[in-house]
Amino acid sequence: MNALLETPIFGILLSIVAYEIGILINKKSGKNALMNPLLIAIVIVIAVILGFDIPKENYDKGGSYILFFLGPATVVLAIPLYKQLELLKKDIVPILGGIMVGTLTSILSVVFLSKLFKVDLSVATSMIPKSVTTAIGMEVSKQIGGITSLTVAVIVLTGITGAVIGPTVLKIFRIKDEVAQGVAIGTAAHAVGTSKAMELGETQGAMSGLSIGIAGLATVILAPILMNLL
Amino acid sequence: MKILRQFGIILLILLLGEAIRIGTGISIPSTVIGMILLFIALLSKLIKLEQIDMISKFLLDHLAFLFVPAGVGLISSLDLIGKAWLPILAIVLISTILVIGITGWTVQLLKRRVN
Repeated sequence: MNALLETPIFGILLSIVAYEIGILINKKSGKNALMNPLLIAIVIVIAVILGFDIPKENYDKGGSYILFFLGPATVVLAIPLYKQLELLKKDIVPILGGIMVGTLTSILSVVFLSKLFKVDLSVATSMIPKSVTTAIGMEVSKQIGGITSLTVAVIVLTGITGAVIGPTVLKIFRIKDEVAQGVAIGTAAHAVGTSKAMELGETQGAMSGLSIGIAGLATVILAPILMNLL
Repeated sequence: MKILRQFGIILLILLLGEAIRIGTGISIPSTVIGMILLFIALLSKLIKLEQIDMISKFLLDHLAFLFVPAGVGLISSLDLIGKAWLPILAIVLISTILVIGITGWTVQLLKRRVN
């Protein structure tokens, strides 16, 4: 039995099964944003490892194979951006301006709220890239000395929050313009938020998707500078 | 064979990104440099979408799954989360409301000014 757990197959297979269960639960719940497949999969894998007292190193043997694909997956994020180029050109100043201000708001609010709530420096640092897509957020976290796994969890949590409260917040702040709605949700809540933006309308969905990559780039540049405020 | 060649192209871009990062000492992750390189290559028609369509569809379709092992790393910070889960939730909630509101306002304001 232990010999089986020491092959990379164990970690890979456990991840796949856990994620499939996550997708199944998500579908059964009527695609409820709270039932995020990634979050469910992470909880299942952690529960199995802790429950059966399996050394984390055994899981990582398989996990590292999966992690390897994140590099190529980040590179191909250029494709959705390229496909939305025509939309970007139409409103380039408002879109880029909005994403820059939004990214600043995201980082600065984490800095000041972390001080207000007296959060550990390591936790605060890990939360700085919370609004960007996981692939880029993880890299930013590594760069500024955060805990990568905590960053991944916080990013997923932010995505879920944005998807759940997004439409209500848009109403409260009287954001009625379709481009503004999409950029706001994409900048705040990356791909998870984008799935909600798509429900609001085609323009909102496209704008939200477009904002993911640009907000990611803005965070790569701004996070190392602003993190000195922590 | 096709998907293998496409994967090769992406890996080559990634390697180039790593080379640029090491060569210039720039503080941008090599994967993000790779993303910018691919964007430029697509714009300049150096690479056509058809040359990388299958591998990118595969990777983007399974993107969320690829983060499972990264998230499982939480196991080593369970103590930290046990202590700080409430402020973490509060920060995520307040910050997300602010980002959506302020980003939306900025876009609306700039659109009115530009047009």
